[in-house]
Amino acid sequence: MSATTTTAAATVLNPAGFQLPERQLRALRWTIYIGYLALTAGIFHGLAQALSYADIDILKFFPFLRSYYQGLTAHGVANVIVFTFSFSNAFLPLLVARAFARKLNEGLLWASLGALALGNMLLIYSIASGKASVLYTSYAPLQAHVTFYLGVVLVVVSTWLALANMLVVYVSWRKENPGLRIPLLAFVCLTSYLMWFLASLPDAVNLLAFLIPWSVGWLEKTDPLLNRTLFWFTGHAIVYAWLLPAYVSWYLLIPKQVGGRIISDSLTRFVFILFLLLSIPTGFHHQYTDPGISQGMKFVHAILTFGVFFPSLATAFSVAASLEMGGRNHGGRGLLGWIKKLPWSNPSVLAQLLAMIAFVFGGITGLINASYTMNQVIHNTTWIPGHFHMTVGSAVALTLVGVAYWLIPYLTGRKLWNTRLALVSSWTYFVGVLIFARGMADAGLHGMPRRIYRVQAGYNNIEWDLGGVLTGIGGSLMFVGLLLFFVIIAMTIFFGKKGGAPRDIPWSETLTAPKLSGWEVRYDNLKLWVAVAIVLILIAYGPFFLGMYSPNFVSPGFKFF
Amino acid sequence: MSKVLVYEKSFLTTGVILLILCLGALVYATLAMGIHLPGRAGILDPARLNSTPPFDQPGVRQTGPNAYEVVVRAYAFGYEPSEIRVPAGAEITFVGSSRDVIHGFNIEGTRINMMLIPGQVSKNVYTFKEPGEHLLICHEYCGVGHHFMHGKVIAE
Repeated sequence: MSATTTTAAATVLNPAGFQLPERQLRALRWTIYIGYLALTAGIFHGLAQALSYADIDILKFFPFLRSYYQGLTAHGVANVIVFTFSFSNAFLPLLVARAFARKLNEGLLWASLGALALGNMLLIYSIASGKASVLYTSYAPLQAHVTFYLGVVLVVVSTWLALANMLVVYVSWRKENPGLRIPLLAFVCLTSYLMWFLASLPDAVNLLAFLIPWSVGWLEKTDPLLNRTLFWFTGHAIVYAWLLPAYVSWYLLIPKQVGGRIISDSLTRFVFILFLLLSIPTGFHHQYTDPGISQGMKFVHAILTFGVFFPSLATAFSVAASLEMGGRNHGGRGLLGWIKKLPWSNPSVLAQLLAMIAFVFGGITGLINASYTMNQVIHNTTWIPGHFHMTVGSAVALTLVGVAYWLIPYLTGRKLWNTRLALVSSWTYFVGVLIFARGMADAGLHGMPRRIYRVQAGYNNIEWDLGGVLTGIGGSLMFVGLLLFFVIIAMTIFFGKKGGAPRDIPWSETLTAPKLSGWEVRYDNLKLWVAVAIVLILIAYGPFFLGMYSPNFVSPGFKFF
Repeated sequence: MSKVLVYEKSFLTTGVILLILCLGALVYATLAMGIHLPGRAGILDPARLNSTPPFDQPGVRQTGPNAYEVVVRAYAFGYEPSEIRVPAGAEITFVGSSRDVIHGFNIEGTRINMMLIPGQVSKNVYTFKEPGEHLLICHEYCGVGHHFMHGKVIAE
């Protein structure tokens, strides 16, 4: 497979380069700093949790903490809501601006940052004051203080404003360029956040129509099954909202970083459209063990969940092909010789390669979770956090770490501080997460429940001990890895050498240019795909809400924390 | 380039066949082996749980020649009854509900794994093949005492 014999096409409009004005870069920098700060803040309790499973109690060293579950709430909210969306709110608009070679809307940019910052302050207040120890899933009828729900709403609003910004740029570009294909880089970013916008609506209804009025007393009682269903209506797609920005990097940026190219423009568009269509109508697979939902509905969602595995399979192929192309361009020979020739010593590439490897196991364990009756073996055991630390906790987190290694220098104009330490950080985290997940999976298969303060638990099973110890060892390595990451980023921001930073984002070329006529042009019809997505959602959730579900508003709020 | 497309096609075809086989196995487990998920089993008012049948009489009762029903009420942070004794080899229907927040109902070492959601009745069927003692664990966060909430199921 030789990349030199074919015509390549840019995935951005202006290959010569484009820089946003400094004021806009500043807003993006602060948005991203909030995310990486949240990541770092969240891992301290993560360490306490992992050690608790190994029967080691370090919570006495956290004097400001009222309970394990207050810390667990902070860990979840900081690491999967604030970290992920702060990153995407900056990353995706930045790439869209670059792809169209156009400035962002400054009002929307600062409004998005403002909503994110205010949302964070409310979340920090509600969690730190002990009024919201409901974990990130916040299942009613456990009732948090209203500031918790408002905080989540504001973070979601910040993502809507980031999407609005990208759409404004797109629409103004489209007006001036009616016949052109959307640059691939912009296309994937737009579809990612369009999917998330649709996905976020059910939980927005849950928060605005039920949980917020209920938490201030306007609504006396709520229906916990309805709240839970609306949460998971958003809650499975949310994992794709975390994952797709990582996929954007794997598809569009990594090929450039390893010296390869994107193998197919149309396959990439197709995959992102499939994610837009299939990510949302799958939520019941988180509720297999719930009462009040028929087995038939659950099975429909099982099939659709297996369906959304398909674009991930396609991704595995495309990304591996791009990597192979890069490895061979660097002189790799033989069936697997190209792997050695990948730039493993580039910290940005290394973190993302390790993210991909961990994601293989994350994907397989995810398929097991989705497997209908088999889910009863592992539902709400530690198997589940074992699984998602290899998806959001590796595929996403390590990719965002890897992206930071070029993005922070790009945004600050400073050279990355200590490349070697960055390599150590990623390896430490990667080895850690594999040990951690192995431990959690093992104990989970023996029935160890997730979300318990094991050191103090009123029951035990010796079959959990080995898994618990592995969890503790792995979790400690993960903590050290991410702490090193924080040090590297902080040192880069404050003491990194000026100059020597990348001037452009590492966008890749595709092997062939997108076609300007024929059916493939329809890929760019975003309105059409959003409409199809809505139809699929109605098919998957319509029967439940219109016929099978019996409203049962019986629950006042409880504050058992 | 054309080679890549061929590889891609065969990779994706293999993947799809694998997914379909997995789905087939699940259909087989459900229809042929009789392994079911909880479904819709009725609604109630959790404030009146203690006086709503069958939850007014928690415990084990025989419903057929080799069939038993186990009715369990969950609350923060325990189960009523907290110790359940059932015969091994009999078909046991577990029926549970919560009178306050969401709780879990997981009998360790079995596939009985249900959420107890206030207002909803959870139900599933299981047969213990061997005598033995199992932990009954609340595996959904329910408040500060969550890690104390457990019971015991003894098949004898």
